[in-house]
Parts: sequence; C-alpha cells; structure tokens
Amino acid sequence: MTIAQEVAAPEFEVKLGRLTTLTGKPTHYCAGCEHGILTRLVANAIEELDMREKTVYVDSVGCSVFAHEYFNTDAVQAPHGRAPAVMSGIKRMRPDLLVLSVQGDGDAVSIGLLELVYSASRGEPITVFLVNNGIYGMTGGQMAPTTPGGMVTTTTPYGRDTKYTGTPMDASKLLAGLEGPSYVKRVFLPVSPIGSTEMYSARGPLEGAKSVLNALKVQMMGGFSFVEFISTCSINWKMSVLESKRYSNDVLAKAFPPGLFKDKFGVEKK
Amino acid sequence: MTTQKDFVKGNEALALGALKAGMNAYFAYPITPSSEVPETLAREFRSPEYPEFKVFLQAASELEAINMVIGAASTGAKVMTATSGPGFSLKQEGISYAAGMELPILVSNVNRAGPGLGNLGPEQSDYFQTTKGGGHGGYKNIVLAPNSVQEMAAFPGLGFSLAFKYRNPVIILTDAFLGQLKEDIVFPKIPQEKFETPWAATGARGAERHVLASMHLEFVDQNIHAEHLMSKYEEIDRSEQRSEMYMTDDAEIVLVAYGIVSRLARRAVNELRAKGVRAGLFRPVTLSPFPAVELGKLAEKGIGKFIVVELNMGQMIQDVKLAVGGRASVELVHKLGGLLPTSKDVVGRVEVAVR
Ligand code: SF4
Repeated sequence: MTIAQEVAAPEFEVKLGRLTTLTGKPTHYCAGCEHGILTRLVANAIEELDMREKTVYVDSVGCSVFAHEYFNTDAVQAPHGRAPAVMSGIKRMRPDLLVLSVQGDGDAVSIGLLELVYSASRGEPITVFLVNNGIYGMTGGQMAPTTPGGMVTTTTPYGRDTKYTGTPMDASKLLAGLEGPSYVKRVFLPVSPIGSTEMYSARGPLEGAKSVLNALKVQMMGGFSFVEFISTCSINWKMSVLESKRYSNDVLAKAFPPGLFKDKFGVEKK
Repeated sequence: MTTQKDFVKGNEALALGALKAGMNAYFAYPITPSSEVPETLAREFRSPEYPEFKVFLQAASELEAINMVIGAASTGAKVMTATSGPGFSLKQEGISYAAGMELPILVSNVNRAGPGLGNLGPEQSDYFQTTKGGGHGGYKNIVLAPNSVQEMAAFPGLGFSLAFKYRNPVIILTDAFLGQLKEDIVFPKIPQEKFETPWAATGARGAERHVLASMHLEFVDQNIHAEHLMSKYEEIDRSEQRSEMYMTDDAEIVLVAYGIVSRLARRAVNELRAKGVRAGLFRPVTLSPFPAVELGKLAEKGIGKFIVVELNMGQMIQDVKLAVGGRASVELVHKLGGLLPTSKDVVGRVEVAVR
C-alpha cells in the first residue's frame, strides 16, 4: 500500500482543542512517536462515546507505562504483560465499565502473549490497542518478537537472523485465528512530520481514529476487540523521524500488512 | 451445608468459609493438593445461597489468575485465589504488585514438599516465601496459619477483614495435610462485612479519579510510598500478633509449632507432662506479624529452652530466636519430604534436652 492515498471524510467527529478525557499533562513520548497520536485518538473515542466517567484504563509496561498520567480516567497499573488479565478481572466484576489498554509489542506479544491470547480466546469484552514498532522502546532498543528479519537492534547487532531467532510474531493473525475475538484489525498509523512534503497523508490517523472508535464500540457490544498499529520508534531505530516513517512503510508494513482480520458485528460497514 | 456439624476436607472448608464471608470472586488455576478449593467453589457458583459470589473463573495459569485477582480487587471486590507451592511461586509477581498498589487480596497456599516440583506431601518450607515478602521489592504479607479444618473455615473471613482493614495481601498458609484432612466442624457464624472502598477504580465521577499504581518514577515519591508502607507494617506488627499457649504457665521447656505440627506438638506436651516433664506449647497463629511479644515474655519469665518443630530445614526458628533474644536455647526438630515427625520423635528430643 502507499501512504499517499486520499480517504473520505470521517463519519465521526475528531474534536479539536483540549479533551476532558485528557489531563493536559504533556506526554513524555519522543518526537514523532505514534504513542502520542494514539493517546489522542483513544481519548477522542472515549469522549465521542461519552464514557470518560465509566472508563478504567489499564497501564501496560513499556513506553505506555505512564499513560494514566494523560488519560483523565480511573487507572490501574498492571505488571509487565499482564494487562489483559487485569482487565479481565475488572471487567468480570464490573461489566458496565469500559476497560482498555495500550500495549507495546514487547509487552503484549512477548512476555504477555499468554494473557493476550487467553483473554481473546475467552472473548472478554475488553480492548487492547497494540503499538507495533518492531522493537523494545523503553528498554532501549532490543529485539522484539515483531522485529523484522535483518533489522539491527541492540541484541541483534548484525541484523535479526530469523533462522536462529525465529520469524516475527503476527499477533493480529494469531488472534484472528481464534474463535473468541470479535474485532481484529491492523492499521498503518504514521504520518510524516509537518513541513515535509514527502509521504504526507492523514490517512493513518483517520483510519486509526475510526478503528479505535469501532474497537470500543465492539467492547460495549460485548466483544473482545484488538487493533494493531504499525508504528515507528525513530529513537531506537536510530533514524531521523522521516526515515523512520519511510522504514515503517517500506519494511514493517510489508512484514505486517494492514487489514481487517475479523469483524463479527460488522461495525466497519455501519 | 448449614447443618450443625459438617464432615469436610480442609480445602472444602476454606472454600465454604470464603463464601460464607461474602467472597465476590475467585480466580483459579488448579494444583494438587489444593484443587478441592476451586472444585468446591465451581459447584457452589450461582447457588442462591451465595448471592455475593459473582465470578468464578478458571485461568490459563497462576500468573493469569493472580492478575485477574488484581483487576477484580481494584474494583473493591472481595477476591481470593488458592494454590500450592509451585503455583505460589508464580503468583509472587502479582502479590508484590498488590502490596505496592495496596490491594486487599486473599491468597491461600497449601504448602507441599519442595523445592521445585517436590511431592504432594505436607511441608512448611514456604514459610520464608510467605512471611518475608516472597516477590520482588520490600513488602510484608499478613500470614495466617490455621491448624484445624475448623480454622480453615474461619480464617477466610478473618483474612478478608484484615486485608480490607490494611489494604494489604493476606496469605493463609496451610499444608497438604490440613488441605486433605477431613474433620467434623461447625461452620462459624461469619459476619458478611461490607468494606468501604473509596479508593476503588470503578470509573471517575466528576473531577475525581483513582489511579492504582505501584510505580512512582520520582525517587522522592517512591520513598514517600515506601515509608507509608513501612509505617503500615509497623502498625500491623503492633496490632495483629496472634498466638495460642498451652501449659506454658509453669513450663520449663516450650515447644514452638504452627499449623498441623502444633497439634502433634500438643500431643507431645501431654505425653511429656505424663512423664513429669513440665513442657508447654507456643503456637503462632499469625506468622506475619510474628507473635514475638508473647513469645518474648516467655523467655523473659525464665523459660530456658525452646524447641521449634517444623516441616522444613528450620525457617520459623529464626523468628523464634529473634523473639527469644539470646535469653534461652533454641533447638530444631524437623522432618522433610512430605513426612511428619511423630510425637515420640518430639518427646525423645525434649527428654534429651531437659536431661
Ligand atoms: S522509545 Fe520509541 S516507542 Fe518509546 S516513546 Fe520513544 S519513539 Fe516512542
């Protein structure tokens, strides 16, 4: 896919200015990181659904570990990888709440894969947003289960040898193969930086905004929802922001092609 | 189950005791010799007798189960999970988080022989792991040690009370023998206490929101949190030490034992008394906080010898030595591998000691 495709105007409102679902605290994410965009998209969707006072955000471990500082909602901090289990416990006790987490690929697809797979398999009405940038961000750029073959990381300094370490783990395909989940989607999130003329498009965030909203709707309809966002980590990829967007488009999105894998309730068509 | 007397297994009594105390949720991963706990609860789930029991869920692992406990407890619910040795190790991560987040959770450990897979016989070798933290970081559990099926039924209620009073993990440390033992008991009248949970994460109303977190990135903030936890542990230490004494008033030698072993030691005391040896028994009911004050008083009174009877290589003996503070000799009688010492073993040892 190419990024520079035009998309139709969204059928929902993207609010401008300060959202009540955000505390207003400046985020700690690096410049150009999609975590910041996703924070905004999630807050926007919670507000669109008027669920701020009924949301419990569950912190994952990784770059999103402080997300509770940004979301102006109740929050619970889960151990590394265990956010889906913590969310299951909350949701089982209080089915009226909207329960969600933003997890990185190391958190969700490596150490927390069991918790992710089993909460999905049980069809827990919870939502996991996965930021897939193919690397461990917060720990300083080590190989992740999603690292593409050949990619240089601090623990694959000569490039990832997939014959030796295994091939990248595709969480969306894995979950889509289960009976439990109701909504599984992969979206390309990056946009190029303001000022650059190359590759500029709002397609990613618009598609992302729609997917976030649909995922939360699916949860409220009683289903497990999962959206994987192909992202970047320019800091640990050791690239300029622009280069990282290019790499994300040329390499990461090739290893993990975007698509709608599962939509039991048909929310995408509505 | 409301008849006057019930003939039940320890594990069943624990499960029913939790239900009678108004438990809201139970998350399980079965492991021998504790599996009758989830099995009993699965049977009683949705029974009109226990309307408060809203969730019974079997998890894919102990890790998943303890984190479900964390989630449910975050909403202010009364939650329990039970396990045994290897499963308890897996739950340590979650228990450390619950301590850091100040969540009232109840965990039962039916101690089996170890280390590693060990076997399914009784041991008390998880004493350190339960009483000295067990997971990463510095924290303290409240640890209760029942010695009868009757107490297995009563302690979940007490456990919930203490867990909510202090917003702290409570561990019921029992063993394979007590878990599998069947005794006649009368179910205690357990008040279904309602606890105030203004801290719970159940959706922010108005401007107020609740964040349940164990991480404080600023060292100063983490320090404040740690000091707060420490003063809480000191308060627990001052207020919650529990113990029982038997024939200690005129004793010249005192056995110290908890759990199933305390019953064996009591028998040994009777046998020793029949032989004219002035023996007594000190039984810790809370292992954390350790009942050091009462035990210390015995040493102060001039009792010169303490014999600690344990199913491990000698773990509680360290707490006994601290309480005695060098004022008396402290020796160990023990058994390992799922075996119990006989009262004869204990009597013989005491006779050598007093000779
Ligand atoms: S380290 Fe990477 S993933 Fe983390 S905030 Fe920075 S750019 Fe984003």
